[in-house]
Amino acid sequence: MTHHPTDHSMPRVPRDDARARVARRAIATASLFAVGIAAVRTASGAPAGVPRPVRETTFASDVAPGVADFRRPQQIPDAPDNRLTPARVDLGKALFFDPRLSRSGMLSCASCHNPSLGWSDGMSRAVGDSMKTLARRTPTILDLAWASALFWDGRAETLEEQALGPIAATGEMNLPLDSLRARIASIRGYQALFDAAYRGEGVTPKTIARAIASFERTVVSERAPFDRWVAGDRRAISSEASAGFALFAGKANCAKCHSGWRFTDDSFHDIGVPGADSGRVKIIEIPATEFAFKTPTLRGVASRPPYMHNGSEATLESVVELYDRGGRVHRSSLSPEIKPLGLSATEKHAIVAFLRTLDAAPRPVTLPALPR
Amino acid sequence: MLTKLALGAALLTVAAGHAADHPTAHAHRTTTHVVSQKNKQFVPGEITIGVGDSLSFSNDDVVTHNVFSRSEGFAFNLKLQSPGKVHAVPFTQAGTAEIRCAFHPTMKLRVIVR
Repeated sequence: MTHHPTDHSMPRVPRDDARARVARRAIATASLFAVGIAAVRTASGAPAGVPRPVRETTFASDVAPGVADFRRPQQIPDAPDNRLTPARVDLGKALFFDPRLSRSGMLSCASCHNPSLGWSDGMSRAVGDSMKTLARRTPTILDLAWASALFWDGRAETLEEQALGPIAATGEMNLPLDSLRARIASIRGYQALFDAAYRGEGVTPKTIARAIASFERTVVSERAPFDRWVAGDRRAISSEASAGFALFAGKANCAKCHSGWRFTDDSFHDIGVPGADSGRVKIIEIPATEFAFKTPTLRGVASRPPYMHNGSEATLESVVELYDRGGRVHRSSLSPEIKPLGLSATEKHAIVAFLRTLDAAPRPVTLPALPR
Repeated sequence: MLTKLALGAALLTVAAGHAADHPTAHAHRTTTHVVSQKNKQFVPGEITIGVGDSLSFSNDDVVTHNVFSRSEGFAFNLKLQSPGKVHAVPFTQAGTAEIRCAFHPTMKLRVIVR
């Protein structure tokens, strides 16, 4: 099975049997326990004059408090009614790479969420059906198994809810859901895959969405130099980058929103990006969310320019500049967390150096042979 | 903290006062329950209260929140609430209200009003 990782630090796809379920629960409990123990150790420290034993977070915890919060998880979480199975992942992978899910037959999910470009497309704004440029940039799908809101405006709460949106959207893949169902059902090679993944449920928009979501849950960022540093390898990142991390978690205020191992809390803020797109306010109609967009993950961020919901920032340096200025546009909706930072050139350089430590060579993806 | 205590005391006093005005009526003592916002979570995540009770939303976090509800009969919007601020909301009818923060979708609170 190509989705079973060999790296022990990678989250494992749970297997479909009772023993595996027990083992999973034991691993999950042990991991939570280990993280808890590490957190307690990091917080307590040792009395002066007593030699400190070398333990996992000793070095990193010297640099910044709460660094244990950035430790990677051990397991991919299951969705409540869409337990992860190899059959579901295999079906979802086929659908994800299948351009027949678009009206033109040219666009698959992978056309924009291209594994070779960090699961995005490298463009400021996405291009959809009939080569029309869309309003917003294609987000990466890395680590979304842990996300609590999808789309730039958070209008979907689960991957299952999100998956059908771009398929049916006229500007994107432009295939209405009844046409989608009919087309996939007519491809004989898919029948066995759907039977194995969702026995007795048939080909429906719901099983299509759940399969795609299952595959997406296995798209997980690789362990980066930053992770080795958090685990105690003090040579894993440069001293400039570790200074950058201290700024990231301190003076530069980044970790207020870019928190945790995914470097996002999935929150929505107006950070002062110029543009007329009013973002989340269109979804929840709370005035404070005008011009608010989702905080994206920073995993692999150095490989995924340009930045912001409309690709308006070309480089990491210009992004840091935007924050240092307290946003490029000052509106009443500007987040209270956004204010001028007073960073020196050296400090800005260090922050970018740290961001580069979140890059890791991506896991190779084997392309599926699509059903006929 | 003092603000919270003062607010709670004031609300209890008002409730007791009403009971005294109607000695023959069955006095319903209303309570103010504190809901904390901490680490981008509502604490508790679910609460059952009586009709007429209030929830005192306390921002014990380090970031600004915006508590709101869209549940039918319970709609409200506390707007920007910076760290340290406290804001009380009365719940005057029975039912279930889903409470959210406009900025942080991980924050979820279910209020059951009986």
